[in-house]
Amino acid sequence: MKRAARWMGWVMFGALALLPLGCAKKQDSKPVASTGPRVGLVFDVGGRGDQSFNDSAWRGLQKAQAQLGADIANVVEPGEGSDRESALRGLAAKDLDLIFGVGFIFTDDIDRVAGDFPGKHFACIDYALKDGAAVPPNVLALKFKEEEGSFLVGALAAWLSKTHRLGFVGGMDIALIHKFAAGFQAGAKYADPNVNVIVKYAGVTGDAFKNPTKGKELALGMYSEGADIIFHASGATGQGVFEAAKDQKKLAIGVDSDQWRPEYDGVVLTSMIKNVDESVFQAVKAVKAGAWKGGVQELGLKENGVGYVYDAHNHRLIPAEIHDRLEALKARIISGEIKVPKE
Amino acid sequence: MSLRRLPQALAVPLLALGFSLLVGAVFVLAIGRDPVAVYAELLRGTLGSPYGVGQVLFKATPLIFTGLACALAFRAGLVNIGAEGQLYVGAFATAWAGFTFRGAPALVLAPACILAGALAGAAWGAVPGILKARFGSHEVINTIMLNFVAIALTGYMVSNVFVVPETVHTPEIAAAARLPRFEAFMPFFGGSPVNVSFLLALAAAAGYALLMNRTRLGYELRVVGHSAGAGEYAGIRTGPAVITAMALSGALAGMVGSNFVLGYKHYFEGGFSAGIGFMGLAVALLAQGSAVGVVLAALFFGMLSHGALVINTMVPKELVEILQATVIASVIVSSNVVQDYARRRARERTAAGVTP
Amino acid sequence: MSSPAVELLDIHKSFSRVKANDGVNLAVARGEIHALVGENGAGKSTLMKILYGLYAPDRGEIRIDGKPARFRGPADALRAGLGMVHQHFMLVRPFTVVENMLLGREGVPPVLPMDRVAASREIRDLSGRYALDVEPGAVVEDLPVGVQQRAEILRVLLHGASILIFDEPTAVLTPQEATDFFRVLGGLRDQGKTILLITHKLDEVMQVADRVTVMRAGRVVGERAVRDTSPAELARLMVGRDVALGRVEGEAPAGAPVLEVRSLGVRDSRRIARVNSVSFQVRAGEIVGIAGVEGNGQTELVEAIAGLREVEAGTIHMDGRDVTGSRVAQRQRSGLVHVPEDRQRRGLVLEMSLAENLLLGRQRESEFSGRVLLRAEPILRMARRLSEEFDVRPRDVSLKTRDFSGGNQQKIVVARELGRAPRLIVASQPTRGVDIGAIEFIHARLREARDQGVAVLLVSADLREVMSLSDRILVMYGGRVVGEVPGRDAREDRLGTLMLGGAA
Repeated sequence: MKRAARWMGWVMFGALALLPLGCAKKQDSKPVASTGPRVGLVFDVGGRGDQSFNDSAWRGLQKAQAQLGADIANVVEPGEGSDRESALRGLAAKDLDLIFGVGFIFTDDIDRVAGDFPGKHFACIDYALKDGAAVPPNVLALKFKEEEGSFLVGALAAWLSKTHRLGFVGGMDIALIHKFAAGFQAGAKYADPNVNVIVKYAGVTGDAFKNPTKGKELALGMYSEGADIIFHASGATGQGVFEAAKDQKKLAIGVDSDQWRPEYDGVVLTSMIKNVDESVFQAVKAVKAGAWKGGVQELGLKENGVGYVYDAHNHRLIPAEIHDRLEALKARIISGEIKVPKE
Repeated sequence: MSLRRLPQALAVPLLALGFSLLVGAVFVLAIGRDPVAVYAELLRGTLGSPYGVGQVLFKATPLIFTGLACALAFRAGLVNIGAEGQLYVGAFATAWAGFTFRGAPALVLAPACILAGALAGAAWGAVPGILKARFGSHEVINTIMLNFVAIALTGYMVSNVFVVPETVHTPEIAAAARLPRFEAFMPFFGGSPVNVSFLLALAAAAGYALLMNRTRLGYELRVVGHSAGAGEYAGIRTGPAVITAMALSGALAGMVGSNFVLGYKHYFEGGFSAGIGFMGLAVALLAQGSAVGVVLAALFFGMLSHGALVINTMVPKELVEILQATVIASVIVSSNVVQDYARRRARERTAAGVTP
Repeated sequence: MSSPAVELLDIHKSFSRVKANDGVNLAVARGEIHALVGENGAGKSTLMKILYGLYAPDRGEIRIDGKPARFRGPADALRAGLGMVHQHFMLVRPFTVVENMLLGREGVPPVLPMDRVAASREIRDLSGRYALDVEPGAVVEDLPVGVQQRAEILRVLLHGASILIFDEPTAVLTPQEATDFFRVLGGLRDQGKTILLITHKLDEVMQVADRVTVMRAGRVVGERAVRDTSPAELARLMVGRDVALGRVEGEAPAGAPVLEVRSLGVRDSRRIARVNSVSFQVRAGEIVGIAGVEGNGQTELVEAIAGLREVEAGTIHMDGRDVTGSRVAQRQRSGLVHVPEDRQRRGLVLEMSLAENLLLGRQRESEFSGRVLLRAEPILRMARRLSEEFDVRPRDVSLKTRDFSGGNQQKIVVARELGRAPRLIVASQPTRGVDIGAIEFIHARLREARDQGVAVLLVSADLREVMSLSDRILVMYGGRVVGEVPGRDAREDRLGTLMLGGAA
């Protein structure tokens, strides 16, 4: 015991001896060879790696690095709720041109930090508008008309369904996800007035977006009730929906990004994509061009903010004739002829 | 006695820190970064500026509450894994009181909000206490289960009962219920949400020390905690003692809301705590039940927690988590190592101590 | 003349400023049973730990068969033929005897299947040779303590020990088991083994040992051949003065009944009936002793009287009031004190200080506690007074009771209970593990209480204790009181017969 204590003492001594050395040395941050804007980004808690929303934002940054020479070294993944503001603040104190918060939950944090750093530019994806409150001038609120994209995949699903029964698996039971459900249901009813849509949510906490087991359970239930296509808007929980679809040899619709994977070939009918990456890229591009502007940007079908996937992976699942009808529908939404409900 | 203990008290954190810094350095080197730069950044970001210090205090505040909660349970011989659930219901109750009784004056409302949190936490903690006292079912299982219930229940309330559209939080509390931030009277803390509830946490620590060491209730809880048999023998009824301990523990955890709700966001937000309750177990273990220990350990973990965020732009989050876990584990292991050693020394001394 | 099997020369060992061994010399001849006696804290254990390689001596030499030896640990000692049978057995309880024997044995590969058959044969051989009678296939925790001890001896023998050290071997045994054990000891000696027996029970020394060495305060104060000495002389050497352990009759006749037990029935935690329709009285100013082999219902009887165990049938009255259903605290308020048989589990909180332990059960008395806060000063005063009065050593009221020796722990319990001005004392094994000086003291205090009109119920496995203290003796067997004998003319053989269930 004595020996162990002495041994650990030496280890400690060695480690502590190193410390002042490090403090004395100038911080050796390697100069990044970048000419473009310097951009920071804070993911949501547990967001990175969701193969969906957060990853899409990250792709936008990577594209900005590749095409605009942006410096994207300052990316933070907070550990818990109160870290969001503190992470934003940490980035705001650095010499950055634009700072992103990924997710509606950053709304208050961005407001606060933007107020303390009026000279810095911020962008918040899915920023939540408050009644009567203006967006701070140095904040860009990026919002998406998820209901429009959901309307299209709803119509597509209704046209293809043999059972006239569809399913919707939402993540957390909140207003933002209700928009997906509303659009999906409206689209399905529009295409087939007799269709029946089963709507379920994975939970009432943030974990509802990270629970594939629950997703699979819900999806299996819906398939057994006769649904043959399920649309999910539930982050990582959706992985369970795909597994269930594969097991049952049924179809599922992805969300946010193109969720086709080789192992789910023939299972993922399409994905309702939210072009978060594109909006992130465009915002960085505007900074580079000196044309950055705060305020609300609502991105729908018209702005290419949302859409659906139709490519080599799934064109055999969608007959050309159906695809044509879908494109026609899209045009009518863009023209304003069809109004898609949000609730 | 206390002088003899001092080097021992310092030895624990220093040993652990040294060891885990080395382990962390190996990982940092493995991904091709300079560990010295990373550590320097960690120090600079936490203790290098008033804002950083403010963040450390802010992070330490809830850990003091949950650390005290777990320590109190430990000393009464109970393992409260349910601080997480208790702090959720407590924080929710705090917010509820704050947005419901809007007309009340500040002097009444703020304390009432804190009290509401403590009572809700106490009720939530008492449930497993009652289950144990009445049916002998183990508190570890029940507190864990009640965590799920608490988090889901508060989540449900936020998204279905007290809904603010496009958010996952409750309505804001009345301005009168807010606890002032330190920056209001100490501007150098600029931007950090550290607030008056830090002082409340220190007061709670003092109250805890008083309760455990100076009161009859504290004495009886300790007796039961060390030896239920001796407690029974001394005429202390185990059932009520267990329920009381769990309720007090829950009340302490339930006061976490004063920091986040009254002092920072001014609303309850679903998912606002990622494991503060569980971290309380580590704080309590390290502190070995002493109030001063809890405060110091909470400050230490608060520094780690904020430091982790600071260095996150340099190293991936997974590495930061490895580093944190290494520090915590080695602090606890080495505290056992050192205490073992000290105890052995003490026993060798007293083995012969009866000989004049 | 051949050199002694074990020889310790001028051993010194200090802890901080305390000299535990101060120039100790000890010689044990081959093939003898040598007893090492002394009060708690006399330095016996330290000496044995030095011999066994657990402590290094500050000075001095160890010789085995005349050759100087240095042990760095028990493994070294074992290689030199030295084996220790600890008070707390070093057996893995859920394992069988064979498995335990193979454990840690040199030459057994860690992963290959163990040769149980060969090992069992070996165990039977040894067990037969030394009359140890251990079944190799039995699981240790199912065995009675006496048999576990024999398994422990067997293990030491299997490791090749020729010198066996026993540390307080009878502390955990019943009288019957102790008798068997002495027979085994004799057998081992007759087979040529050398035995070193550490104890503080003088009757054991007189019964089995050949020679005896007495220690006091870290020094050897005498060495005798057993046939040339007497218990009185040994006790005088140990304590440093004359010791009286004989009977002293009470001064006054007994008064009104304080405790009255009527047709009491009690079950244990496994719902097995342990006490069956037991009735008796204890009157003010008398000591009633309960004799009996342990496990015949005494534990449950005492717990029921103390309020720690539910009563199945019958009633308990104190001073004429029915207390059958009342709580511990209520009984304590009406003057009941209880010295529990298991001081470590019930009587003390080992992790708490001496002062806090002396408060145990009195924390609600207004002298020591207000509505909320404890009164620190009176508590400390009381603790200092009691530890002085009952000679608790060391006299440090802030020291954890874990760090006191067993004898001093018992003194703490007794001090607390007798220090409370009781009406009724229920004392269970009040002198277990306590040295002679303390036994004398505790006995005197019990008599003193009796003479002041306190009712005393004494339960003890030590027949002599019961006989020397009690005014009346009840014998328990199979959960019933099978006989009552006046203390004055109790005879050991008659009580023994009753205890084993024989007719009176």
